[in-house]
Amino acid sequence: MNSPNSWLQFALYVGALLVITKPLGLFLVQVLDARGRTFLDPIVRPFERLTYRVCGIDPEKEQGWIGYTLALLAFSLVGMLFTYFILRFQDRLPLNPQGLPGLAPGLAFNTAASFTTNTNWQNYGGEATMSYFSQMVALTIHNFTSAAAGIAIAAALVRGIARHSAKTIGNFWADTVRVTYYLLVPVCVVFALVLVSQGMIQNFKPYTAAKTIEPYTIQVPKTDDKGQPVLGADGKTPVLVDQKVDTQNIVQGPMASQVAIKMLGTNGGGYVNANAAHPFENPTPLSNFLQMLSIFAIPSALTYYLGRMVKNQRHGWAVWGAMAALFVAGALVCWKFEAAGNPIHQKLGVAAADGNLEGKEVRFGIFNSALFATITTDASCGAVNSMHDSFTPIGGLVPLFNIQTGEVIFGGVGAGLYGMLIFVVLAVFIAGLMVGRTPEYLGKKIEAYDVKLVMLVLMLLSATILAGTAWAAVSDWGQAGLNNAGPHGFSEILYAYSSAVGNNGSAFAGLTGNPANGDWHYNVTGGVAMLIGRFLMIVPILALAGNLAGKKLVPASAGTFQTEGFTFVALLVGTVVLVGALTFLPALAIGPVVEHYLMHAGTLF
Amino acid sequence: MKTFLAELKTSVLLTLVLAVLLCGAYPLVVWAGAQALFPARANGSLLTDKDGVVRGSALLAQSFTSDKYFQPRPSAAGTGYDASSSSGTNLGPTSKKLADSIAAAVAAYRTVNGLAAGTPVPADAVTSSGSGLDPDISVANANLQAARVAKARGLPLEKVSTLVAAHTTGRDLTVLGEPRVNVLLLNLALDDSAAAR
Repeated sequence: MNSPNSWLQFALYVGALLVITKPLGLFLVQVLDARGRTFLDPIVRPFERLTYRVCGIDPEKEQGWIGYTLALLAFSLVGMLFTYFILRFQDRLPLNPQGLPGLAPGLAFNTAASFTTNTNWQNYGGEATMSYFSQMVALTIHNFTSAAAGIAIAAALVRGIARHSAKTIGNFWADTVRVTYYLLVPVCVVFALVLVSQGMIQNFKPYTAAKTIEPYTIQVPKTDDKGQPVLGADGKTPVLVDQKVDTQNIVQGPMASQVAIKMLGTNGGGYVNANAAHPFENPTPLSNFLQMLSIFAIPSALTYYLGRMVKNQRHGWAVWGAMAALFVAGALVCWKFEAAGNPIHQKLGVAAADGNLEGKEVRFGIFNSALFATITTDASCGAVNSMHDSFTPIGGLVPLFNIQTGEVIFGGVGAGLYGMLIFVVLAVFIAGLMVGRTPEYLGKKIEAYDVKLVMLVLMLLSATILAGTAWAAVSDWGQAGLNNAGPHGFSEILYAYSSAVGNNGSAFAGLTGNPANGDWHYNVTGGVAMLIGRFLMIVPILALAGNLAGKKLVPASAGTFQTEGFTFVALLVGTVVLVGALTFLPALAIGPVVEHYLMHAGTLF
Repeated sequence: MKTFLAELKTSVLLTLVLAVLLCGAYPLVVWAGAQALFPARANGSLLTDKDGVVRGSALLAQSFTSDKYFQPRPSAAGTGYDASSSSGTNLGPTSKKLADSIAAAVAAYRTVNGLAAGTPVPADAVTSSGSGLDPDISVANANLQAARVAKARGLPLEKVSTLVAAHTTGRDLTVLGEPRVNVLLLNLALDDSAAAR
């Protein structure tokens, strides 16, 4: 942490984020208004109109919260089935030059749920599993639509807060189409080309076989004519034979178009297994910086949108401030512990000043790896440029806890804002209890029904994480998937269910969720956890939006709690941290916290 | 129920429209732009020799084990440096397996480079990268290997050090990321200078 250069990079990042927040927020105001105008109208408007006509959508016809919810659920259901069947039958579909087989039902379900819910948890390695068609069609469509739907829901909630005595909260179809056409696609075309300029691939060629400079020999198990391994005299150990390796099979395909939206839409699902650690998927420190910025861009701009819509820009900035404070704190902790490194390895002779480089790339170094890990889990992105599984215990606790707070620190596109607004309502409620008067939020009374909805969301999600973890931790199928023993193994399970319910998608990736023996538990429980995390959050939130929209305004008085300024920011930060800590500290204590002390005692598993 | 059925119909239609636009037109537009503007990079930054044979990618590590080449970081991609199976070890901080492999790598690094027993070893030399394909090593790591490479090739150390310096990339825009040395490009340059002699 004593490198001035890293501090400079940190300042650059926060500065750049601050600079884009207002212009992008103002753009969102236009995009999220069915009659809004943007500079893209001459090009995009015809496509938008044509889409409405083909699909029979009347963009001017607003929906109540039930109508809005039904549209969202129908759209998600259709999208999930669409992806499921493409994955199952990718061997019979075009653009499969590697001849990859169709996916088994469990994995196809898990993956379809994963991409529909904006999670992008991956129980597979992309380059060895997915055809170009599956990557481009089955997966990429959700990278756009799940992001657009998230932003639409956030907009619906903001409308609910901004309006009074109203019955409707917007039109789901118009919101989704407009966000996709005016915001996501145009930014992604430019962003993808910038990424290619840094070295990212974008082609439709089969994988390239390169003749390597220095061939080498490895030992592989000998197989008989039927492909079965040959066993030695004892009948157990496989016989090994030498195999010369003189080629390197280089992955190819339409990567840049998918990666651009994977970052901007906070999806996070990698084209290849190593995700943004792979030199093709994140070639340079500059591409890394832009990818990190694109994760927070829309979530940050949405706070400006909030302020503009409720006609209280200081409230928007207060929410931004609370998010920024939590972000900076998390990044500093993660960076500190990764830079300090692993005392066990340092005793073995690793240079202490280098920090913990296991699972990290040289071009990014400690700082950019810690920063990326913090950002990707503050948001519901889940792309990784280093392997969180190999972080130091406390360095790895930061991303884990970020997810467990509900990913409200800027958060996923849309999901971050509506998640944070849940905490805002809770914070206002707590403030009301403290001073002993009916809580108000921006001129509306917060009543029992609203608080019940908020608590329903918080408890459902936490309970799903803890129940899933508990079940897997005591089951044979759960333990069979572990890559690490001891407390770290427990952390792998806890991280998996936190990531699934939080719709994050990053992992302590040593965990095998799709075992070779075909055990279904991780695929199915993970898939269900992701669906709960997405839809059992969205439905109460839209109900809240509908209820808030119908309320009457009460004039502010001297006793009204100010939802701006330092007191509010502190209360909001406190609420987020306290709720997360109270819920998850016991689980964290038997995972990363105890591992931290064991590491310093030199214990190995 | 009736509304839901109507919404289902809209969903199917919109999914099809978006599939054409987002999964057909969008990647093709990016593909056309990429192939027109940055063809080499869009196709994997491939390196070909004078016979036109592809020898690797400038962005991906390859295995090098002999003394006359600089050696990349250890790799957990497939059986090692497998560019169609990227992966880290995913071993945690208290993993015995990881500690054992690091201990072995430290000992091997000190032996081949003629370092004294207590010398701290650069972390990147003995830890696996996140992708298993990290093309770079740290400048400190390259400098520690330079003497060995010079000796194995019968070159003056100065000459090898000059090549290392020439293949050191600074921070992007002078701020971003870390300085680094691309191992494959450096080794190819070494072979080229040998051929030129």
